Amino acid sequence: MKVSEKNGLENVDVLAFQKALHRRDFLRYTGYAGTAIAAGSLITLASCKDSDGNNDDDGVDFGTGDFAILNYAYALEQLEAAFYTQVIATPFAGMSGPEKSLLTDVRDHEVAHREFFKAALGTKAIRGLEVDFSSINFNSRDSVLGIAKAFEDLGVSAYNGAGRYIASADYLLLAGKIVSVEARHAAYIRDLLQFGSFADSSVVNGQGLEMSRKPREVIGIASTYVKTKLNASTLPA
Amino acid sequence: MNILQILSNVEEHDPEIFERLSTRRLAMRSFAGLGKKLSLTALPLALGSMFQKAYGQAGNPVILDVLNFALTLEYLEYRFYQIAVDSPNLIPAGVALTAITSIRDNEQAHVNFLKATITALGGTPVAEPAFDFSGGNGSGNGDFKQVFANYSLFLAVAQTFEDTGVRAYKGQAGNLLQTGDILEAALNIHSVEARHASHIRQMRKLNDNADVKPWITGKDSGIGPAVQASYDGEENTMQAGVNIVNIGGQTISINAATESFDEPLTKAQVLAIVDPFIAG
Repeated sequence: MKVSEKNGLENVDVLAFQKALHRRDFLRYTGYAGTAIAAGSLITLASCKDSDGNNDDDGVDFGTGDFAILNYAYALEQLEAAFYTQVIATPFAGMSGPEKSLLTDVRDHEVAHREFFKAALGTKAIRGLEVDFSSINFNSRDSVLGIAKAFEDLGVSAYNGAGRYIASADYLLLAGKIVSVEARHAAYIRDLLQFGSFADSSVVNGQGLEMSRKPREVIGIASTYVKTKLNASTLPA
Repeated sequence: MNILQILSNVEEHDPEIFERLSTRRLAMRSFAGLGKKLSLTALPLALGSMFQKAYGQAGNPVILDVLNFALTLEYLEYRFYQIAVDSPNLIPAGVALTAITSIRDNEQAHVNFLKATITALGGTPVAEPAFDFSGGNGSGNGDFKQVFANYSLFLAVAQTFEDTGVRAYKGQAGNLLQTGDILEAALNIHSVEARHASHIRQMRKLNDNADVKPWITGKDSGIGPAVQASYDGEENTMQAGVNIVNIGGQTISINAATESFDEPLTKAQVLAIVDPFIAG
């Protein structure tokens, strides 16, 4: 059902609408996710309802509202859990006893996060994602820890950027309970690579604020390591 | 076709359009002075009035209270590290001094950021209290009176402050729900405190072989009863009614279940914890 058909909307003032409503909200509302809309072009306010669930050709559908954000977190935790499961299954050359012990902790935390989101989402949960770690050399300490650092920093920035979209105080608190653990991981991994790099200027700015990333940017980065097609169109840009 | 007509048309299909427009978030970004400026006069009347309604929340006393509470904690941390860095022969030169100096700089930046934000929101930043880092309420004779003479004790107190800070911010998240840039900035500080906590814990492990990991296991401080209030509650294994131990048929120990989620503290709990460190 297109609004334009019923109401005869034709020459909508796109610029004013976008300026007023903010581009992100506008795109999310109209469902034209990720699609540039030329100013002055005809708009059709098509339905954004995607009724066929998780497995359509457009990729995994995160859903809407808080469920979309929780599924987004669930996707990231799936990626991290799969990564550290592999790290412990095939330890890199020279992994020390303390490293093995703490990296096993990290694996367990990520698995706990993944299973928690799966349980919390219930029937709203996206399916299990197939990962692609073909670019990672699990025998190499530098390769593994480099990816671990990237995943942990990405995870923290993702939670930091997602909090503003959460409507439920309970879910916000749960995200808060997890993000600080991810930040502890991130600092630990960074210190393994270079002791003292736990909060360097690549992640914390001059105001002492850690960076945030928007959901679609995060999905774009994470997709490199996910074989399953992800459809971020219901996530904030 | 004007904006009112569009909204009216859309509303026929979506009675909740006005909720979906997220006016509060937009207004916060605009008026908190934290993001890009939007000109009110350039906006159509209907949206302008929505913005003004949201604008009224910029001076929201709940938000200002949270920010001033956070500012008090940041003053505590900044002053603690500043004195430590300036104490001769306390922190070993090299990676240790570099790390503590950078943490001090982060805390100072947090103080400045919060003061500027509170002012921008029409509030008044609280003044820095007089601190007694011995934990003696101003007597200078508390449990930690050697804190700037004994490096191990200094690291133990630093760990406690960082872990407490992480829990304190978490406890205030609900009060900043859907405040846009304000919530996001608090989260951006929160994760930095967690990075500090992780590093200080690693410093304690290296320097003192302390029984700690970068994360909090159970309600163990690895320090002693004097700081227990900062760790009570961290032993929680239930999240949103779900038991994390062995969740989903996975092998998740009790320790791992407690480590994988950090727990909040209420404002009252935090104030009770920091009270001994405030003179008078």
